[in-house]
Amino acid sequence: MKGICKTFGSVTANDQIDFEVRKGEIHALLGENGSGKSTLMNILSGIYQPDSGSITVDGKGRVFHSPKDSISVGIGMVYQHFMLAEPLSAGENITAGSKGFFLNRKKDNTEIRAFSEKYGMDIDPEKLTHQLSVSEKQTVEILKVLKRGAGILVLDEPTAVLTPQEILKLFRVLRKMRDDGCSIVFISHKLNEVMDLCDRVTVLRKGRLIETCNISDVTSYDLVEKMVGHKIDLSIDRPYPDPEKKVCLEVRNLFLKNDQGYLKLKDMSFTLNHGEILGIAGLAGSGQKELCETIAGIIPFEKGDVLVDGTSISGKTPRAIIQMGVSLGFIPEDRLGMGLVASMDIADNVLLKDYAFEPGFLLKTDKARIKAQKIVDELEIQTPGIFHPVRKLSGGNIQKVILGREINMNPKLLITAYAVRGLDINSSYTIYGLLNEQKKKGVGILYIGEDLDVLLELCDRIMVMCAGEVTGIVDARNTTKEEIGRLMSGAGLENTEGGL
Amino acid sequence: MIRIAKKDDMPKWKSFLIRIASVMAGILLSGLLITALGYNPISTFGALISGAFGSKVALINTVLIAVPLMITALGLAIAFRMKFWNIGGEGQIIMGCVFATFVSHNMPESTPGIVLILLMGVAGFLGGAIWALIPGFFRVFSRTNETLFTLMLNYIALCIVQYLHYVLWRDPAAKGFPKIKAIQAGAHLPTLFGVHIGWIIAIVLAILIFILIRKTKLGYEIRVVGESAPTANYAGINVKRVMLTGVALSGGIVGLAGMIKLCGNVFTLSPEITGNAGFTAIIIAWLSNLSAPVIAVVSVLIAALEQGSQAIQIKLQIPAAVASIIQGLILMSALGGEFFLKYQVLWTRRPRKSVSNLAEPDDSGSSDGASAAGQEGSL
Repeated sequence: MKGICKTFGSVTANDQIDFEVRKGEIHALLGENGSGKSTLMNILSGIYQPDSGSITVDGKGRVFHSPKDSISVGIGMVYQHFMLAEPLSAGENITAGSKGFFLNRKKDNTEIRAFSEKYGMDIDPEKLTHQLSVSEKQTVEILKVLKRGAGILVLDEPTAVLTPQEILKLFRVLRKMRDDGCSIVFISHKLNEVMDLCDRVTVLRKGRLIETCNISDVTSYDLVEKMVGHKIDLSIDRPYPDPEKKVCLEVRNLFLKNDQGYLKLKDMSFTLNHGEILGIAGLAGSGQKELCETIAGIIPFEKGDVLVDGTSISGKTPRAIIQMGVSLGFIPEDRLGMGLVASMDIADNVLLKDYAFEPGFLLKTDKARIKAQKIVDELEIQTPGIFHPVRKLSGGNIQKVILGREINMNPKLLITAYAVRGLDINSSYTIYGLLNEQKKKGVGILYIGEDLDVLLELCDRIMVMCAGEVTGIVDARNTTKEEIGRLMSGAGLENTEGGL
Repeated sequence: MIRIAKKDDMPKWKSFLIRIASVMAGILLSGLLITALGYNPISTFGALISGAFGSKVALINTVLIAVPLMITALGLAIAFRMKFWNIGGEGQIIMGCVFATFVSHNMPESTPGIVLILLMGVAGFLGGAIWALIPGFFRVFSRTNETLFTLMLNYIALCIVQYLHYVLWRDPAAKGFPKIKAIQAGAHLPTLFGVHIGWIIAIVLAILIFILIRKTKLGYEIRVVGESAPTANYAGINVKRVMLTGVALSGGIVGLAGMIKLCGNVFTLSPEITGNAGFTAIIIAWLSNLSAPVIAVVSVLIAALEQGSQAIQIKLQIPAAVASIIQGLILMSALGGEFFLKYQVLWTRRPRKSVSNLAEPDDSGSSDGASAAGQEGSL
């Protein structure tokens, strides 16, 4: 890809980017959110058309008008969100979209088996999609594009949904494919993975190409510097918690069923002390979201009890919880979809948690405006003013608005779900700092995270969840990634739960 | 190659200019049509404008059309703010009129006018509110699609009024002519400056609704629920209650629009009572971006267009169909202009032939890609 440019409105997403992948190499594409990685890959896959620039595959110039064109020259994309037809079997998903009118399942399935054995993947093509584990689904996605004859494979953050053990397995498969002559583009922001797996790396920053170099020539510190633009201290501060441990939050035997009647949380029990950060680790969809929303009173639960400072808040709505005088801050996973109203300004969003407690029929906005200004000043939110709609702010600033609002309530308990998801490195460290400040004030913090390195550095204890159950609670200062990985895949269940 | 991409927000004056320009384009298009049909476009538009605003009678007629349109659009806009697609304006107008007529028919003749009008107003509001609450309940408690539901209820309301018209409420004094008895004379709305006071009620409602949406807790809740129900839930707002309150208010105001038309200038319930106001008001609400003050202005303009096209039929013997086409062209251009407020069209040169060996001659995929790009642009 040469001289690729793409603008959206007034935003330049790609500015004169040259990107080259050689045959038989694993090439990392590195950059922070908003650096133009996804745009570049969407151009490569034919979803977007570049404003200017050219694409050459195997020495021939190509113009992609649609994803179909891109697939036909052997470019295969594996997205972060799987695109599989749920009712079909693994094998049918792999062959779907291939040429020909009639299906020959037997022949297809033998082919698939041979194919997956070649790369050391194990997959049963007869299994139905909903029976597959996340890692197996990913394998199906990879096989799907390989079967279509892809010579260039683009993987968008493939490790985000995997346990450390599954990641190692994926890496083995990818290396085999590379040795077989496949070219692989590996998009990630986890530096150690890039250092471990890839041959070369291209770093993007703010839509521009910074550098393409061999992995053997750089250290991970160099890469961070290239990504962010300046040197950065990667260590996270971790003050020791108050030794006089008073219990802040206690969850007892919590059960939750979803709309379809499946158990999403099974017999969860744990405590969180004042002045402590309890991390929650687990694969995506292990019940973290449900746990947060249950504690915050947004979804009603089956049985069990939730106590804050010894007072039960079971079965209470978020408003009733505030009325009881229990102040609980909650930063949900989907900030614009759940925590904030995207099209409203900062002041109106600050109002969200307060307006109901002012007397009268009319809306009182004066206090919220003062508060909003205070939050903007204290957290240094980059905005033209408090009357600026939140959807126009950057991810980091959006996160600061909601964090600021929740901290402003002087919470005893703060629940944060993926607080740094989508934030650049600088903003993430600001958020860690703010959380530590609250911790020192004696707030109990529940921190749901996805980056194990951060969890290990920031939290005091880490609770690991698997399929809605607690598989173990470990001391973050004395544990290893492998231990957590083992618990994430459910290995702790037999020991702690007596063989469920 | 043409691509479509999403636009950044533009300054207010610029979007205002685009709106004016799109209406102008509509006028120009219909001017071409009028010329092609052998009429003089300038005198036609002159007659259209003077037919809407040129005399006292014309002005009164325009206001008479505008009042129910405006009140209906104000009501619908409340539901639209909650993303409750109430296209049941027709049915709610009819039920408002049915309830109001029922009150008039069953109150003694000696009832003072003011009491009668107030009671009929309450009944009209209730009729519309109930007709909106039926789909409202189903939407809130069993997630049915309110678009279809409200639409279907229009036809049920129409059938009810037809039954009343031909059978149940048929006035025996009408000498076999199917007709419902007119409402009591005491229920006629008083007039001010030659028009019934419905126009004052409409303006007061516009102000009240503006205050409701912008300055009250309920209005804030309605806005939050409309933007994001999960956020409302998160903040402890009772989404179901807010939704039902808003829907009742929406339907009630639309029902009130029907009652005002009934007591203002029609006086008799009939299957034709809505005059399509329930549908026209949807267009008005959207053209006005759901803002109450803008609805007031746009309703008058749409009413003028309707009244003016009736005038040109009479004055210039332009056929009714042509007048309808003129209305349609201007409305379509005005709505089409909204597209240019949100998107921009980019012209790019076709890629060089040597590299486009893969490009199929008719690239249906490129438009998909472009619209995806448009969505991406806002991120």
